[in-house]
Amino acid sequence: MAESVAATMEPPVGVPTRSALIRLENVHKAYNLGEVQVHALRGVSLEIHSGEFVAVMGASGSGKSTLMNILGCLDRPTRGHYFLDGTDVSALSKVELARIRNRKLGFVFQQFNLLSRTSALENVELPTIYRGLSPPEREQRAREALERVGLSDRADHYPSQLSGGQQQRVAIARALVNRPSILLADEPTGNLDSRTSVEIMDILQRLNEEQGLTVVLVTHEHDIAQFAKRALEFRDGKLRRDRIVPHRQVAREVLPTLPLLEDEKEDPQEAT
Amino acid sequence: MDFWNTLRLALRALARNKLRSSLTMLGIIIGVGAVIATVSIGQGAEFLVQQGIQSMGTNAVFIAAGSNRPGGARLGSWAVKTLTLDDMNAVLREVPLIREAAPAVVGRVQVVYQNQNWNTGITGTTPNYFAIRNWPVEAGSVFGQEEVDSAADVCLLGTTVARILFGEENPVGKQIRIGNLPFRVVGVLESKGQSVMGDDQDDRIFSPYTTVQRKISGITWIQFINASAVSQEASVAAVPQITALLRERHHIRSGEDDDFFVRTQSEVADIAQQTSRVMTLLLGSIASVSLIVGGIGIMNIMLVSVTERTREIGVRMAVGATENDVQQQFLVEAVTLSMAGGLVGIGVGLVGSALISNFLSWPTLISIKAIVTAAIFSAGVGIFFGYYPARKAAQLDPIESLRYE
Repeated sequence: MAESVAATMEPPVGVPTRSALIRLENVHKAYNLGEVQVHALRGVSLEIHSGEFVAVMGASGSGKSTLMNILGCLDRPTRGHYFLDGTDVSALSKVELARIRNRKLGFVFQQFNLLSRTSALENVELPTIYRGLSPPEREQRAREALERVGLSDRADHYPSQLSGGQQQRVAIARALVNRPSILLADEPTGNLDSRTSVEIMDILQRLNEEQGLTVVLVTHEHDIAQFAKRALEFRDGKLRRDRIVPHRQVAREVLPTLPLLEDEKEDPQEAT
Repeated sequence: MDFWNTLRLALRALARNKLRSSLTMLGIIIGVGAVIATVSIGQGAEFLVQQGIQSMGTNAVFIAAGSNRPGGARLGSWAVKTLTLDDMNAVLREVPLIREAAPAVVGRVQVVYQNQNWNTGITGTTPNYFAIRNWPVEAGSVFGQEEVDSAADVCLLGTTVARILFGEENPVGKQIRIGNLPFRVVGVLESKGQSVMGDDQDDRIFSPYTTVQRKISGITWIQFINASAVSQEASVAAVPQITALLRERHHIRSGEDDDFFVRTQSEVADIAQQTSRVMTLLLGSIASVSLIVGGIGIMNIMLVSVTERTREIGVRMAVGATENDVQQQFLVEAVTLSMAGGLVGIGVGLVGSALISNFLSWPTLISIKAIVTAAIFSAGVGIFFGYYPARKAAQLDPIESLRYE
């Protein structure tokens, strides 16, 4: 039954004539927790095109994290197909998935997940090591990526010497360093105060608009989803609503209206 | 990811926890050091034994009166009267594998020089005895065949006897008393040290066998024959021929026990070397237990490290590390730990055996083989004990790992 629904389902939003960057066809995901089977996704079909900025929304348990893991090639659907850039990744081996994660995807996490006691530059270099780039090329790309998030002057700082917002910018630089086609951000502002959150959204919006980077953003905060172009709402493992964000916010315009917080002021280190 | 990157990564990870890394390495250091020190001690012992066997003489064949068989009433060399000089001459005549032979008649005597006296062993023999046993004189000379024929009262001293009776004085030409008889010292033998059995071979005096037979023991037979074969193989091959000949001469019927026994140097050498080799092996294997314990230490610390770095592993996998990359990273870390420990351990082992030979005056032989084996073994320990933690790291689920607190 689910298949027949999927087959007849039109992509609700977007231009169906263009080939989609991401296409999910009736994706199911079930976890075996001993005797109980938990259905995290129950037949999700959707398309995301190049250059989109999509917010994936839903309460915890809605299946949005599972969707993110599948989109990020960290997990495979139990049923259904996931086409990334025309390739059916649901059939690929672990090594091939690692290669796709390395080249086509960039991850940004809520916890930043930077390696401690490793400089910002080396953190950003990490994906290029697994790509097999030469050391000079690695450094050059990492410096470029840090420049894109405005942290060139912090290349030699350790994560512990950076503010939360700066750490998240390093993480974004790390996600960009292999020039992926998709940036997957899982609650990237979850650990940040509201002003810093908007700053991060500003970076994502700029990357999306100026460089055409496809951004998929998982969030449960409505005001963060307001910065996306399109919002997908999940509930009980199903896509419930797919709509274009009305009154989309532009972070650049919102920023001046927010008060400058104490810890966001220029730190004394920079002055010297 | 290429090897140099992996190695750099491993070194950095180890440098981050210097105390922990060095304590982990300590296990391997002690293990490798112990293996090298004990093996060099064992090989020193083997060297000592070999030296002792060399002192028996070249291609030596040793015939003794008395039974060597267990069970029954056995008589020692002193009580068995059947071995004679004629037996020796028959062996020389009829067993061509035997090149030379010297008889030996032994006893214990009290020797006196001026106010010094000493209880020692006396061996009565012929001049070729010293050639057969590779035993040169240090001063004076060996008595001659004429002295044997005339049962002359002459003697040669072992260095121990010479030192006790004469101190710094030169004994050659001096008169000593053996029992009640005056003997002239014709020479002093070079020191031969301890025998394989551990007794002092220099605590002994030598006279013509005729003199000992007639004037000291009052016997007509001999107790031992020290023979020398034409080659090492011949010494072994001669044993059954000698046995057959002597049985025939002694009229021993089949089924009856020999009243003599024949030993070769290579036989004794084999037994002695086997003993010392077993000792080396035993010491070495006890020491390798500590190497294994060191390996378990590495495994333990690597497991802790994998757990602590679960998030890091998750991040690495998310940005494109394959299972192989992660496994290699942790395996190289474990091998780096164990190899570094192995290298330091080799140094400790060398210093340790140098100290032992210095302070315990025990010869130690450093063998390159032991060093190379220890180095390879320590790398092997790293691979063996590092494999499981590395595999565990590689099989972590990236999603779970990223969420790990």
